[in-house]
Amino acid sequence: MRRGNWRMAEPVPFRARGFVARERGWAAAVTLLAVLAVWQIGAELRWFSVAFLSTPAAIARALWHLVISGELGRDLGASLGRLLGGWLGGTLAGLVAGLAIGLFSTLRNPGMAVVSALFPIPKIALVPLFIIWFGIGEGSKLVTVGFGVFFPMAISTIAAVDAVPRNLIRMGQSFGLSQAAVVWRIVLPGALPALLSAMRITAATAIILLVAAEMIGAENGIGAFVLRAGNLYDIDALMAGIAVLSLIGLAAARLIGLAERALLKWR
Amino acid sequence: MTLGLRADGVSHRYGAVTALEGVSLDIPAGETTVIVGPSGCGKSTLLGILGGLLRPSAGEVTVEGSAPEACLNRLTYVFQDFALLPWRTVAGNVALVLEPHGLSRAAREARIAEVLAMTGLSEFADAWPRQLSGGMRQRVGIARALAVRPAVLLMDEPLSALDAQTRELLLDEVWATVVWVTHNLAEAVRLGERIVVMSRRPGRIRAVLRRGEAAASEAGLWAMIRDEAADAARELAHG
Repeated sequence: MRRGNWRMAEPVPFRARGFVARERGWAAAVTLLAVLAVWQIGAELRWFSVAFLSTPAAIARALWHLVISGELGRDLGASLGRLLGGWLGGTLAGLVAGLAIGLFSTLRNPGMAVVSALFPIPKIALVPLFIIWFGIGEGSKLVTVGFGVFFPMAISTIAAVDAVPRNLIRMGQSFGLSQAAVVWRIVLPGALPALLSAMRITAATAIILLVAAEMIGAENGIGAFVLRAGNLYDIDALMAGIAVLSLIGLAAARLIGLAERALLKWR
Repeated sequence: MTLGLRADGVSHRYGAVTALEGVSLDIPAGETTVIVGPSGCGKSTLLGILGGLLRPSAGEVTVEGSAPEACLNRLTYVFQDFALLPWRTVAGNVALVLEPHGLSRAAREARIAEVLAMTGLSEFADAWPRQLSGGMRQRVGIARALAVRPAVLLMDEPLSALDAQTRELLLDEVWATVVWVTHNLAEAVRLGERIVVMSRRPGRIRAVLRRGEAAASEAGLWAMIRDEAADAARELAHG
């Protein structure tokens, strides 16, 4: 190799920067606090009218009154019961249906036809029908949430099963694993990351449908509370209700995040 | 006491493409048979059919003899892409193939430790596949296959990432019938007792050579494969 002029040499630049997901939990907290601070300062400086948009401090005060009066507990308890029941039922049913459609070729075309035909229907439009079928009580709310969650979960499960590398399944079969063992030891763990992502989405969908169902036909629950506050032009209470919904969404996402951390250590 | 395989008039098509045509081949029990041939000649397809992972379009494969008592999986395949479960550790990947066989926990752990030691992976028993190099993943695939004490070991380019010494040590430990597909002619000559040379696509058997025969040398194999490539180029040039 020809001897070069090393005085002219330059360092090789590092080019593999970025595109690495790093967790910075503090940044999320700081961002939320900054948004609240700007919102509060904006109100103090009269950038907008507090008659139409409450301040974070006023919302916090309203929330505190709702807590100590017990009103929040009653409405939150009713909503959480419906949310958990509907979400769990719909998610489990969607998971079972998606697995059946994904795993058994005889069910694939009939199952996909039904799911594809019903999935695009806005589920909120079905709430009046569910009230007629299941009554104004808990049944119609549970069915609204469950039905709305079922389809995205089923479709995501089918896609998750399809995405499990076939060579892993062939490997299991080549070592004599039974069909059940292939499903339990290879297909389900392989599909798990996509299933948990789907649960994140269905949790948010469940909250939307719950509020819709409670606004249309309920005497209690956060959705009904928000509607009541709106009718009374109590903006502070209305926004406190919305804040509670946001906190429910955050808590659901956090729980699923913890499940991901525990179950997907291998990633 | 182990198994031999016989392919009789095996053909395979992928849609309009014929990958194998009329392949008849004996794989004698207890021998190491190496399959070589130009790229795309159907070597992996033939291995998949021999292992029961692909259904031939025509012909059949039969298995002869009886498997040793300790054998847990008669026809065991080592995948070219390792096929490791990323959510299981190295030991967990090996354990997967022992789980259906009702071994006691102690027996299972002893066998896992034994095959990990054979493949030089003892220190990595608790590592995730993503933490391993390509060669180490390949060794996990081999350890998993050895754990079931196979009667026939079918290996698709399984040893390319192993150093020569480890490779020969490993083959000394395997008492099964071995069929492996490789591009490495030096490896084929050194380790194969029988060398099957395949023609270009559609794959047919061009020659079956025994160790020690004049043509069973690296130069001899290379000449045959080069002739196949030249024939293919001539056919292409003349339409």
